[in-house]
Amino acid sequence: MARMKFLCDAERCIECNGCVTACKNTNDVPWGVNRRRVVTIDDGVPGERSISVACMHCSDAPCMAVCPVDCFYKTEDGVVLHDKDLCIGCGYCFYACPFGAPQFPQDGGFGLRGKMDKCTFCAGGPEADGSEAELRKYGQNRLAQGKLPSCAEMCSTKALLGGDGDTIADIYRTRVLVRGKGSEVWGWGSAYGKPEKQQAAPGGKS
Amino acid sequence: MRKTLLMGLTAVLPLALLAGCGDNRPTQAYKQGTYQGKPDTRPWDNEQFKGNQKAWEDAVKSRAQAQNEYVRLGDGPGGKL
Repeated sequence: MARMKFLCDAERCIECNGCVTACKNTNDVPWGVNRRRVVTIDDGVPGERSISVACMHCSDAPCMAVCPVDCFYKTEDGVVLHDKDLCIGCGYCFYACPFGAPQFPQDGGFGLRGKMDKCTFCAGGPEADGSEAELRKYGQNRLAQGKLPSCAEMCSTKALLGGDGDTIADIYRTRVLVRGKGSEVWGWGSAYGKPEKQQAAPGGKS
Repeated sequence: MRKTLLMGLTAVLPLALLAGCGDNRPTQAYKQGTYQGKPDTRPWDNEQFKGNQKAWEDAVKSRAQAQNEYVRLGDGPGGKL
């Protein structure tokens, strides 16, 4: 059984924000709500690293644990979703989430906090698949079409991987083994060639 | 006649009064820690996959491989990375 996960390769992320744009465009996310964003550590300093962050669809999700109205549920394929008709916008999930995934529309007056919105892994919500209500409340349901989240599929460097946890872990493992470590990662080997193999001693056995 | 009417009323009135007790509660009983919202359908329960979970999993896995350059590019111009 598939268990959907995201994995971001900090060695590949170039902070292009393509994932953020893809998410916004696919799900018509309103202004001020960022289901996905790119975080950069040591910005401008040699060795800076960027990582794309959204809901990580935790196996043991703290948002589910703290919700006072129990509007969260986890699908069979491990995606954490919620029912917006039930959400009261209390913000407990925002404080519980270690990734800052829950977002609240704040376009009303007097500090109004609307119903929570977060990454759905492009799996919609508890409305009929592909319906107008689902699109309006939760965004597109790409998973029901056999597709993966648009952020991962649109990533230009394929830093952001999305899909079944085992499959993307295999992809990442292969990648790390091929590219090596240290200076090999950023191209020293490509630029100056790999160390030559030891030559057999003349006259010696090959 | 009047006695019959009275007897009839005596028989029907308790039933009419008790009918209110048979009402279903308009709200769902809250169970702590249990999802209270609407049920969702599974991603393979639709026209495209017709309830075939295996077909859906295969579709998603093959889609995931499009993120793997070592498979996607193969022996093409950008292959053999």
